[in-house]
Amino acid sequence: MTLREPQESTPPQGSTPPEGSVAHAVRAAGVGKTFPTKEGDVVALTGVELEVAAGEFVSLIGPSGCGKSTLLRLIADLDEASTGTLEIFGKPARTARLDQDYGIAFQQSGLLPWRTVAGNIGLPLELHGSGKAERTARVRELIELVGLTEFADRYPDQLSGGMQQRVAIARALASRPRLLLMDEPFGALDEMTREYLQSELTRIASETGAAVVFVTHSIPEAVFLSDRVVVMSPRPGRITDVLPISLGAARTEHLRESPEFFERVTAVREALHGTPVERANER
Amino acid sequence: MTAALRQARGPARQAQGPARSRRAGRASTEPRPLPRWLRWATPLAVGLLGLILWIVWVDVLGTAPRMLPSPIAILEEFVLRWNIIAADMAITATNALVGLIAGSLLAIVLAGLAASLKPIDGMLAPLVAAVAVVPIVALTPILNTMFGASSQFGRMAVAAIAAFVPVFVNTLRGLRQSRPVHRDLFRSSAATGSQTFRLLTLPTALPYLMTGLRIAASIAVISALVAEYFGGPADGVGTAIATYAKSGRAALAWAYVFGGILIGLAFFLVTSLLERLVTRRQPV
Repeated sequence: MTLREPQESTPPQGSTPPEGSVAHAVRAAGVGKTFPTKEGDVVALTGVELEVAAGEFVSLIGPSGCGKSTLLRLIADLDEASTGTLEIFGKPARTARLDQDYGIAFQQSGLLPWRTVAGNIGLPLELHGSGKAERTARVRELIELVGLTEFADRYPDQLSGGMQQRVAIARALASRPRLLLMDEPFGALDEMTREYLQSELTRIASETGAAVVFVTHSIPEAVFLSDRVVVMSPRPGRITDVLPISLGAARTEHLRESPEFFERVTAVREALHGTPVERANER
Repeated sequence: MTAALRQARGPARQAQGPARSRRAGRASTEPRPLPRWLRWATPLAVGLLGLILWIVWVDVLGTAPRMLPSPIAILEEFVLRWNIIAADMAITATNALVGLIAGSLLAIVLAGLAASLKPIDGMLAPLVAAVAVVPIVALTPILNTMFGASSQFGRMAVAAIAAFVPVFVNTLRGLRQSRPVHRDLFRSSAATGSQTFRLLTLPTALPYLMTGLRIAASIAVISALVAEYFGGPADGVGTAIATYAKSGRAALAWAYVFGGILIGLAFFLVTSLLERLVTRRQPV
């Protein structure tokens, strides 16, 4: 299967960000989120300082309740931050959403069952009123990118879970976003499909040059995909550590068996647990 | 005949949600489904058995009440009087259809308003509950007198009121079924309110709407027919049944009942087909 995003000479959609913040896809300063409940306020997230450079792949990892999904939803402007400032390409999150500066994929593929694969992928373009000819061409490109050419006219209920998720990723890429937000997109898939899609994703990310913020609770997944891993912790949800992975740009299947890979996995695990992890052969 | 009756009445009593049975049928814990031919052959066999017992009772034993003629006699009468029966069927079917369409359109518009504007929902909910418990038959003599003895309007109005409730209830439910992940998707795609309604809320509600329509179709036919018992113009299937039953022409009265069943069956089959078309795609 060939997965090549044609190199575009046209700049990505959206207005150009102001000078000085060009480098940052996401810049969060003192971001917090409090949910009011009957029993009092619940602090879901507090004091988040995070910068994601353009083209950088950053994973958010942590146990459930650590606010990783909440942070992603704040970046996507699906929820509003209670405190702090959040800028996407130098703009407020709301403006970035309205300008379609990001594409998003969720744990559930969220495909519309009454639309074909092509219809689902083209949905964001349709919502922004792009022309039919342009849309058809872009959809064909994206279907090829995720390797579903023969399935363009199928309906979601005729696809496997992995295929559905590939459609969701293609849809997230439809309006050529410079930022891709992913909330455990492979969480419901089996291990084989998962590893396969991870490889695909690193390729797609490097070919499109988009920055990615990727929420996961799988340590190997975070290490394999990321340039940096952001470790989070619950009660209250906050960032406790940021680990650079520096495994280079090429993420191949060999990497999964390499000592460097396991080293990073251990580092992330220790950061998650807060103490050095005792190995089985050292007991 | 018994089988036909059961089929014609079945949908009114069925569950409100759109067809889920196909999915449930696939679950591995279910017992192995019957072979395909058995599924249609069994009810057919039971129906035939009923028909044979009926014939034996009437024609062989001769102990049946006088008003219960043999199915053969009924069928003969139906074929013989097809011209007048068809004309009356057309009247009743038209009343039911106009009522069904008018009632459903009103229900869809009001459900749309109730789903999008909370105050309207608060206003409508008790009113619809009130309409739902009004014995439609009780209104009929009043409506018939109100709109005059030569107008079909009273009958259409009865069918419309009867059709309104199931369509409204189901459509409103359907308009609230869009999933959080889909709403997030539309919000993150910066979709406008009308885009979200047109491309998400409405298509999600469609299977529910069609279920409501299927239930309403049978009720509309029954209401239009029963409304004829309470005055109005001297035509229609219901009027004919009442007239011929009173004058002792049992076979002809039954032939009209058969005509009424055919109308109900046609309405049910068409709306079931529509429902099938829109529930083709399982959610993922």
